Amino acid sequence: MRLEHWFYTVPLRLRSLFWRAQVEAELDEELRYHLERQIEVNIAAGMSAEEARYAALRAMHGLDQRKEECRDMRRLNFVDNLWRDSRYAIRQLGKNPGFACTAIFVLTLGTSAAIVILGFADAALLKPLPYRDQSRLVAVFESSPRNARSIVSYLDFTDWKNLNNVFSSIDAFALNGGFTLMTSTGAESVPGTRVSAGFFHTLGVTPLLGRDFKPDEDSPGATRTIIISYAAWQRRFSAREDALGQTVTLNGTPSTIIGVLPPDFHFAPFGGAEFWTTLRSTDPCEKQRGCHNLMTIGRLKDEVSIQNAAADMQLIAQQLSKDYPDSNRDFGAATLVPLRDVIVGDVRPVLLILLSGAGLLLLIAYVNVTTLLLLRSDKRGREIAVRGAVGASTARLFQQFAIEGLVLAAVGGLFGLVFAEWGMRFLARLIPGDKLASMPYFRDLGLNIFTIGFSCFISVLGGLLFAIIPIARTSLSQIRTGLKEGSRGNAGITWRRLGSKLVVLEVAVAIVLMVGAGLLGKSLYQLLHVDTGFRTDHLALLSLTWPPASYGKDQQKIVLEREVMSRISSLPGVESVAVSLTSPVGPAWGSSNLHVVGQPIQGEHNEVLHRQVSSAYFTTLQAQLLSGRYFADNEDASKPLVAIVNRTLAKKYFSGADAIGKQIYYDWQPQLPIQIVGVVDDLKEGPLEGEALPVLYVPFEQKPVAGFAVLVRTSQAEALLLPNMISTIHAIDPLISISNSQTMTERINQSPSAYLHRSAAWVVGAFAAAAFLLSIVGLYGVVAYSTSQRTQEIGVRMALGAQRRNVYQLILSEAGRLTAMGVVLGLGCSLAAARLLRTMLFGVSTWDAPTLLAVPVVLVISALLASCIPARRAGSVNPVEALRSE
Amino acid sequence: MSKPTDLVQGTLDLLILKILALEPLHGWAIGQRLKQVSGDTLQVSDGSLYPALHKLEQEGWIKAEWKPSENNRRAKFYTLTRPGRKELEREAANWNRLSTAISLVVQLKET
Repeated sequence: MRLEHWFYTVPLRLRSLFWRAQVEAELDEELRYHLERQIEVNIAAGMSAEEARYAALRAMHGLDQRKEECRDMRRLNFVDNLWRDSRYAIRQLGKNPGFACTAIFVLTLGTSAAIVILGFADAALLKPLPYRDQSRLVAVFESSPRNARSIVSYLDFTDWKNLNNVFSSIDAFALNGGFTLMTSTGAESVPGTRVSAGFFHTLGVTPLLGRDFKPDEDSPGATRTIIISYAAWQRRFSAREDALGQTVTLNGTPSTIIGVLPPDFHFAPFGGAEFWTTLRSTDPCEKQRGCHNLMTIGRLKDEVSIQNAAADMQLIAQQLSKDYPDSNRDFGAATLVPLRDVIVGDVRPVLLILLSGAGLLLLIAYVNVTTLLLLRSDKRGREIAVRGAVGASTARLFQQFAIEGLVLAAVGGLFGLVFAEWGMRFLARLIPGDKLASMPYFRDLGLNIFTIGFSCFISVLGGLLFAIIPIARTSLSQIRTGLKEGSRGNAGITWRRLGSKLVVLEVAVAIVLMVGAGLLGKSLYQLLHVDTGFRTDHLALLSLTWPPASYGKDQQKIVLEREVMSRISSLPGVESVAVSLTSPVGPAWGSSNLHVVGQPIQGEHNEVLHRQVSSAYFTTLQAQLLSGRYFADNEDASKPLVAIVNRTLAKKYFSGADAIGKQIYYDWQPQLPIQIVGVVDDLKEGPLEGEALPVLYVPFEQKPVAGFAVLVRTSQAEALLLPNMISTIHAIDPLISISNSQTMTERINQSPSAYLHRSAAWVVGAFAAAAFLLSIVGLYGVVAYSTSQRTQEIGVRMALGAQRRNVYQLILSEAGRLTAMGVVLGLGCSLAAARLLRTMLFGVSTWDAPTLLAVPVVLVISALLASCIPARRAGSVNPVEALRSE
Repeated sequence: MSKPTDLVQGTLDLLILKILALEPLHGWAIGQRLKQVSGDTLQVSDGSLYPALHKLEQEGWIKAEWKPSENNRRAKFYTLTRPGRKELEREAANWNRLSTAISLVVQLKET
């Protein structure tokens, strides 16, 4: 019924709104037709033409008035009022630019912060990954009691591939990526990795140019083929089509380019990968079932749920652990994780925290503007009363308020969008290139339908809030009392109650954000100052690798190592030089299996990090020797095999007993027993935030590796030494490729966890600062307003003998009470919020007393300072004038 | 706004709706029909007819369309809509109730 009604009325309203000229013309024509018919009738009755015309017009009782009445009939519609009210609202805002600018600024701040963070969250958590049917993709891990998400060995992967019934395909990629590419200017380290032949097919990615790998192209005998990324194609091959079929030398092997990936393709575990080649199980690791170096991705068959698939994989893992107890005894389980969770990984908790922070800031912004509106509606009491008295219905007044609120929210939302677009680009530019490579989903940030829709949604919601609160406040009784000249009515009291409740909320939210920022900031500090076990200053680092053909024999590697160390140690300012498999503080790679000679092998996986180090390693780092000795300079393959273990390893595998003199072996090489000669205190060989890991150190010259990190202790500025180090190494051999040249301080500051913590701390800190300012300004507004309302009361008090001090007390106690309520509420909420932060906290408890104490102190002092301004004004009231104004 | 003072307030709407229930007509013809059917008892000024028509149109009770009229000129013809027909039933029922009540009062015997 109602709907049918609208079917007729809505088109009419739209017509009279947008096609006014046509509607007017039709009105004219209709009335003209009437007049002409009437004139004809009159002439037929015997009047002259002129008489007939006048008579017809007279019968209308004034043509123009009738027209106006007809127009009135169509103006009785909501849309037309809407338009007029919007224009009125904009005029009102223009008349009060101070209010308008403040409100719009606050709204823009809140909205843009929310949209920027939402844009990031959308890109990482919601936007589909560039793979076909990405919800069917899962990462599959081997699970041991210690590590549910362990990477997979090649032989286990091939068994999984053959035995499973749940994946339409399952493929793997090697985690130890990176190649040496021969270019016209020498060797260059390029990012990339090896994948099984069906990898891109499983992801559902088709090359932009050329073809995908053929199914047998990952067999050891196949010719070496590579697929390059779109960026590599643009940069290295100037986007020429003839790049296909070209041969490049990758790790010393000539390889043919067969395909180019599409521009939107990204794969976060190897975000910056330029070269993709096939596995071919060339790595010696891939010959051993116990050596884990692959990650696997499976595409679930239709109708197979992730739970069913996990159950099937569980059975396979159990079977393999029975069939191969030597290597798989501990890996009797498998874990399936949606691929998106693996790809987004660490970023999710940070984004959720930032999202909550932005939400709180948005809340405080809306509350702040509501307070401003309340203040204003109080000043407009007289206007409202007059409009009510001359016949504006309550509904009409409400509509006007609603429109004013919506206009304000819409302008704020629009500005918010503009600034959000800018802010997203700005923040994305702040992400350094290598971090962006590991978070490729942040590459194309910008407004999209989702963020714009959200902004519209919050603007409408905000507009309604802005409308409802002044309406709730403008009771009908006030329309009556507002008319009385000089009436104070009860408006001041109503306002003070509502306004002060809102300020308590603002203070509470500010406290929550400030506590959050404080905890995150303190975590960052703790992380950057975590005990690494060595002196981190004046330490320069770089890593080098070479084409496998160049230094194939152990003796060649040792010669190179000695040459590098001796040349660098002669550089000015160098105090000592050492090499290791990889620099401390980094990903925990380079692990292997440790066995204690004499203990029965039960297939357990005793994972330890192994580091092949030169004799000066510990003295260069200034590590702490606990017992035994360091390696000697001449401990090479001709001497008995020796090892140094760290405190954690000694404790774990020798349960506190003296490890010195014990014999161990690793990498399943029982024929090579090694004697432990020393125990050092733990050094951070793994990630900054992780627990201490068991580490086994062996002399580089007894176990040379294909590529090592050089660590240099210098007395000078370490950053200045790096270019010299690079040129020195290239002087030895230009084909050596160098990466990760940095100082230890940089390495710590740029470590992934430090980066995440820093981003979170900065953004939440910025939100907290904004919330702090808004809440203080809000408090000032409330106190100043209530003081101005109480001028006469203060005048009376002073006339009766109150001292200036008493007046100060009166005002400050009000401000103090509001702040105290906000602080108590805020601290309560902070404790709950800090529990949500737990995953991001490092070295700080959620009950961090200094933070929980400092934040309220800062806020209370600032609040009292802000209230001093109205208190002074109140104290300088002249009682005579205050009373006279009554 | 000038009102049809000679009609009980609101009855003009009822009359127009009733007339249009019989056939679609343009404004002038509605005026003629009103005079015709009521004799000269109901004096509806031409001036008040059009605002009333426009109001009914905006309410959705009647709809308008431009068609050639009996003298072959373009005229705005009004037709009753389905919601309009329901409105007519309501208004007519109201009118019947009101007029019955008033006649009962008028017929009260003085003692």
